[in-house]
Amino acid sequence: MSQTRVAAPGDTVDAVRRDQRASRRGVAKHGKVTPWLFLLPYLVLFIGFVLLPIVLGLWISLHRWDYTLPGKPFVGLENYQDLFDSGSGIYSIFWNSMKATGIFTVASVPLLLVLPLLVALVMNRKFPGRNLFRAVYFAPYVLGVAVVGVLWRYLLDANIGLVNHYLGALGLPGDTAWLTSTPAVWVALVGVTVWWTMGYNSVIYLAALQDIPKELYEAARVDGASRWQQFVNVTFPGLRPVLAFITMITIIASANMFGQSYLMTQGGPGRETRTAIYQIAETGLRNFSMGDAAAMSYVLTAFLMVLSVLVFWLFRERRS
Amino acid sequence: MMRTTARQRVRTRRTLATGAVTLTAALALAACGGGTTPEEVAGGGGAPEGAGEFTGEYDGPDVELSYWNGFTGGDGPFMQDLVDQFNEEHPNITVVPNTIQWADFYQRVPAAVNAGEGPDVGVMHLDQLATNAARSVIVPLDDVAEALEISEDDFSEEVWNAGIYDDQRYGIPLDVHSLAMFYNTEHFEAAGITEPPTDSESFMAALDALQAAGYQQPFWMPARWPGHLMFLSLLWQNGGEPYAEDGSEATFGSAEGVEALEWMRGIVDAGYSPSDVAQDSQYVAFKNGETSITWDGIWQINDLEASGLPYALAPIPAIFDEQLMWANSHQFFMTKQATQDENKYEAARVFIAWMSEQSADWAGAAMIPARESIREDAVAGMPQEPIANLLDNVRFLPPVPGIGTVQTETLEQAVANAILGQEEPQAALESAEERATELMEENLESFGG
Repeated sequence: MSQTRVAAPGDTVDAVRRDQRASRRGVAKHGKVTPWLFLLPYLVLFIGFVLLPIVLGLWISLHRWDYTLPGKPFVGLENYQDLFDSGSGIYSIFWNSMKATGIFTVASVPLLLVLPLLVALVMNRKFPGRNLFRAVYFAPYVLGVAVVGVLWRYLLDANIGLVNHYLGALGLPGDTAWLTSTPAVWVALVGVTVWWTMGYNSVIYLAALQDIPKELYEAARVDGASRWQQFVNVTFPGLRPVLAFITMITIIASANMFGQSYLMTQGGPGRETRTAIYQIAETGLRNFSMGDAAAMSYVLTAFLMVLSVLVFWLFRERRS
Repeated sequence: MMRTTARQRVRTRRTLATGAVTLTAALALAACGGGTTPEEVAGGGGAPEGAGEFTGEYDGPDVELSYWNGFTGGDGPFMQDLVDQFNEEHPNITVVPNTIQWADFYQRVPAAVNAGEGPDVGVMHLDQLATNAARSVIVPLDDVAEALEISEDDFSEEVWNAGIYDDQRYGIPLDVHSLAMFYNTEHFEAAGITEPPTDSESFMAALDALQAAGYQQPFWMPARWPGHLMFLSLLWQNGGEPYAEDGSEATFGSAEGVEALEWMRGIVDAGYSPSDVAQDSQYVAFKNGETSITWDGIWQINDLEASGLPYALAPIPAIFDEQLMWANSHQFFMTKQATQDENKYEAARVFIAWMSEQSADWAGAAMIPARESIREDAVAGMPQEPIANLLDNVRFLPPVPGIGTVQTETLEQAVANAILGQEEPQAALESAEERATELMEENLESFGG
């Protein structure tokens, strides 16, 4: 693939010929290895931390696998059957956690797609203090989930938290149990997550906005397009490739939500906010039922794969 | 070369209990590869014969012991002092402590020991001993107990028996720590309460007096930790048992349990507690003087001392028939990893014996030393003294493998749901009990063989 080299301006014809001759002798042979050498570091990580775990996980999901016990009996598809058999103990636990993940994803993804776009549109304009505001919106994203979780756990506490205190001071209802009652707990979890991760999506939107050629807007203005028409006909199509990417990563990030409910609600009030990942971690790492946990992971993965295909289909290039 | 000597040792050491013998060669291999330095291998040849004789001394070559515990709070510095002191007195043993939050501890220890990278010795809660014994992470310590001449006589029966699983001893008790009633002395004074309440009648009278004195919500009822510990205490007080001793079923949904949980929810309904008390907020409220009474573990003592709050503590009042309270105990354990190297094994025994004897100093960490010969002097004048005299009234969870997870998956959520008012106590306990029994049956099956 690297055998022929594009002539750079200033190269003499002779030099290019010499190059080609040299490549025919030396680089050709050596060239077959070169790409692999470049890929090697990534491949090692990919095989070690992605490919092998995928295969091993599949293998584990076919066993009753407790790595601290000597026997790991093969059970075939029993772990999967249990997940789909409403009579088994794990059925409702697993599907409730999937439901929690579903609620969270449905509630948070639209907000995480729209709000950052609005922020990016504002940040793309010229106004004094723009850089400061850009930093302010991005700042929460640099915090770890532990910091965010513990911080908001205290802020949102129904009885000793600042949020309720100030709501009360403003004459609003100050006794909402943000962390211990549904549906308030979902408002809290989604709100905190939007506050926390909005900056990341905004930055990507902002970069995409700056990539849209100014000439297109000029042309649109010349044609007499209004602000809204400019957005619909210039900005939005320009954002489409990025939009597909942001939608995908936001869905995956929301479907993988764990830390916020682990730290802020402990899955509570009872186990309503135990997400799928939370349940998988509890089952596999605390209860040592690695087989069940692996089977759950694969079911979750299947869901996410279907969802990804759907998103790609939605955002596909439409030929008219 | 090292591989064979290690295996031979394992084979020849008859005194070692069965757990160690089941080690696979692969594990021995892993441990030799990871845990032993060349110096130790070279020095290993001169190990004393007859490891069974335990003298309390270790005169072998220099050895390093990996020691894991979860003392991340006010108890941490006291443990570090003890370890430093031990290292100073034993030049040929180096104890390397590693402190991990308890929440992660029980997840990491089995994994690390299985990989041969775990601790040689450590401290864990007694309700985790059975689980780890069943997973053969830890090994029996009967011979250590015997050689240490520590026996039932020096411990209250409850504490001593709690370290036994399947007729073998897996833990050497370090301390006992229980739930206690903390109260704000200023609030009590203002309300004219002179003696801490000891039974249901005086407790309710105290709550009313506190309300009359202007402390509207004197007893916050936590939905999460330590809510389930309060429930267990009340259940025992009421004559119930949470789990069958043989691990075959959960019984916390009995009439006694329902009554106990109804009492807890009643505190909220009667307005003594706000509703929706989320995790930790009852403790923060107590520390800030917003509430007057809280039931929490005695391990909070050092934190409260540091906060400067005017407080005192008393045993939990007898709300029901008998004054009983939930307790747990820190117990020393030895892992199968330590048994693969004779020197480590010897040194580990010396370490556990020494620590057990020093447990008087441990009272400074707001715990109650487990040894009776030490206890009285050690806790004299300490805040936890009132509890130390009631050790016969503490109750532990039965030694059933996997009980910890069963509890977080079922009981804790039932208690939370009932206190938050999301479910009636009876319905919450019944469905949780059913699920708990299911889990326990599964556990019996996995651990049974």
